[in-house]
Amino acid sequence: MSTLHTLSVLVEDRPGVLTRVAGLFAARGFNIDSLAVGPTEEHGLSRMTIVVDVDRKPLEQVTKQLNKLINVIKIYEHEAGDSVERELMLVKVRAEGEMRARVMEICEVFRVRVTDVTHKTITIEATGSPPKLESFLALLEDFGVVELARTGRIALVRGDRGIRERVLKTAKAAGAEDRPAWDGGGV
Amino acid sequence: MKVTGAEALFKSLEGEGVDIMFGVPGGAILPAYDPLIDSSVRHVLCRHEQGAGHAAEGYAWATGKVGVVMATSGPGGCNLVTPLADAKMDSVPLVAITGQVPTPVVGNDAFQEADITGITMPITKHNMLVTRPQDVAEAIREAFHIARTGRPGPVLVDLPKDVLVGETSWKWPDAVKLPGYKPTTKGNQRQIVEAAKLIMKSRRPVLYVGGGVIKAEATKELYQVATTAGLPVVTTLMARGAFPDEHELCLEMPGMHGNYAAVMAMQRSDLLIAVGARFDDRVTGKLDGFAPDAKIVHIDIDPAEIGKNRTADVPIVGDCRDVLTKLLAELTKRQDAEGGPPDRTPWRHQLAAWQQEHPYAYEQQPDGPLKPQFAIQKLYEAAGSDTVVVSGVGQHQMWASQFWKFNRPRTWINSGGLGTMGFAVPAALGAAAGQPEKRVIAIDGDGCFQMTCQELATSSTEKIPFVTAIINNAYLGMVRQWQELFYQERYSEVYLSYDTPDYVKLAEAYGAVGLRAEHPDEVEQVIEKALSVTDRSVVIDFRVDSGEMCFPMVPAGASNDEIITGPQGLRPADDPAEAPIA
Repeated sequence: MSTLHTLSVLVEDRPGVLTRVAGLFAARGFNIDSLAVGPTEEHGLSRMTIVVDVDRKPLEQVTKQLNKLINVIKIYEHEAGDSVERELMLVKVRAEGEMRARVMEICEVFRVRVTDVTHKTITIEATGSPPKLESFLALLEDFGVVELARTGRIALVRGDRGIRERVLKTAKAAGAEDRPAWDGGGV
Repeated sequence: MKVTGAEALFKSLEGEGVDIMFGVPGGAILPAYDPLIDSSVRHVLCRHEQGAGHAAEGYAWATGKVGVVMATSGPGGCNLVTPLADAKMDSVPLVAITGQVPTPVVGNDAFQEADITGITMPITKHNMLVTRPQDVAEAIREAFHIARTGRPGPVLVDLPKDVLVGETSWKWPDAVKLPGYKPTTKGNQRQIVEAAKLIMKSRRPVLYVGGGVIKAEATKELYQVATTAGLPVVTTLMARGAFPDEHELCLEMPGMHGNYAAVMAMQRSDLLIAVGARFDDRVTGKLDGFAPDAKIVHIDIDPAEIGKNRTADVPIVGDCRDVLTKLLAELTKRQDAEGGPPDRTPWRHQLAAWQQEHPYAYEQQPDGPLKPQFAIQKLYEAAGSDTVVVSGVGQHQMWASQFWKFNRPRTWINSGGLGTMGFAVPAALGAAAGQPEKRVIAIDGDGCFQMTCQELATSSTEKIPFVTAIINNAYLGMVRQWQELFYQERYSEVYLSYDTPDYVKLAEAYGAVGLRAEHPDEVEQVIEKALSVTDRSVVIDFRVDSGEMCFPMVPAGASNDEIITGPQGLRPADDPAEAPIA
């Protein structure tokens, strides 16, 4: 069973925030599988998407500790099925002679783009859900992967609302506290 | 009004009501030391930044206010690492102000440059590097707000030299804007009702009181809850004095060297009501074997503490005072309806029997070597419960907690979570500065004392007197005890010597009074003399029995059921691998 969990963390866009978040994972002994950071719809807020390899109970501890960081605004844990998860990768694969056509064929099937072609290699831009990229990559390995770069996973919740409202709703349903700890966070 | 960043700093400190701060100047922080001259804030010039940091902690422990420490860049800031880590572990509200090299050379390996915000990130509640003079006031305001609210803790503000020198127009921010920081202070009423129901059903309840109760100024509310519902109380090392030791419901300290009755009460309890406590390993022993039959009500302002070590049946996030107030109302209502609390006579008898069977004990032969417990007990008898007691870390700390009787909050100050040797002398300095009308006594070990005794010079020059009682057993005593018990008496690097340094001469060199007691019959006289001095600090060198060990003891990694009550009750020496020093 997979112990990978995807967290979306809204943070204030301040110097050192990435270090604080990453440092907290390291200090508490959690492995980050992937981490993607970028700006959001709101000026001054960044969004980190963190895939962490951890069991449920320690995950709760790490999200609580994350919430204590002053610059962390909100944390949302994506449940399977409730979110759209995507990743972008660039991959350079060996493709000489007749191999080239076979690689192109696979690209066609997976609906990914070829961005550079040389006599010996093809460079491909692929986006998709993590399972799709894994399957695609497995096929390319037969030809020989020269170089690979991946952005790490990003995720958005399905439906009308952003995670800020979702977080509130989940917390109310749980009914643990009057105001959920993860609404604004901090202690 | 135009001000420099440094002037803005002091206007901000004054705005926060700071009356005293501790520090050591240096290059990058120099611009801040100039407006200090004209400020109402008193600065206590310490001899080492670590001393200044612990002094600020001692001040905060003693007063409940935010302690303030200032140091320069590089080594100055690095020397604050230990006090900051200590304050983080023990939730002490602290604001540390450090100088930094000018912003244009930050990152350039400039003279006395250290990335102090990077270094202190995991050991502060928050920290910030200010890059513009106009941001100084806001940074200081935020720092104090974060340090004192929620679960208190240390905050570091790093101020580059050009930010201190640069000009800005003065404006005190009306409010702090911290969208990511909103501590939950109000306890959930439904959960409080659940807690009250459990308490009304419990036959073997124990109130497990931690330092959060003192931080939240909730000792009155705690007293009312305990006495109204007739709940036995244990006060952790961080909470000594939160509930009076002399009260019949008080079982005193639980944990590794705790009172037998307190340890056993928790082990056999059917309901632990943890208030501002965090199920630390020194309290629980082996977690699997801790209080196996107990349901848990866990009240804490920090949601991350709830369920961290032990799953709570009723978690309540909130300020201890708010929650205890509501809990008292709920319990009173239920007790009125049911004609009082349930009958817990058998439990009370059991607790009394444990207490009678295994009180803290030692034997002082009239002509034998001086026992450390005897010295501490005599000191208590002479000084009384109104004294503020500060301790270092080790055997003397445990004996002080065991043999002193604490009846008021903020009369016990020590380094709990981090276990910082050398804490006592500087923290006593800070406590005495914060509570000048009270008598402050540091009970210290000879090993601890030598780590920070330079602050006795500060005490003399700044006229902040206190008494230091060195429990001098010529050893790093607690380490020696572990080597005796768990390393087959193979003593490795623990001997210090009784007479190097000569503590009496050292005290005199620092401008303090030096006294010594080597025999039991000298103790009272020496204490009387020490307590009669009020115009300067006193150091008492109690030369005590090196071989005395601290009991009861739960070996590290063992269940609390395996508590050793004394040298006679020793089990065969444990495998060191099973009981690592940790």
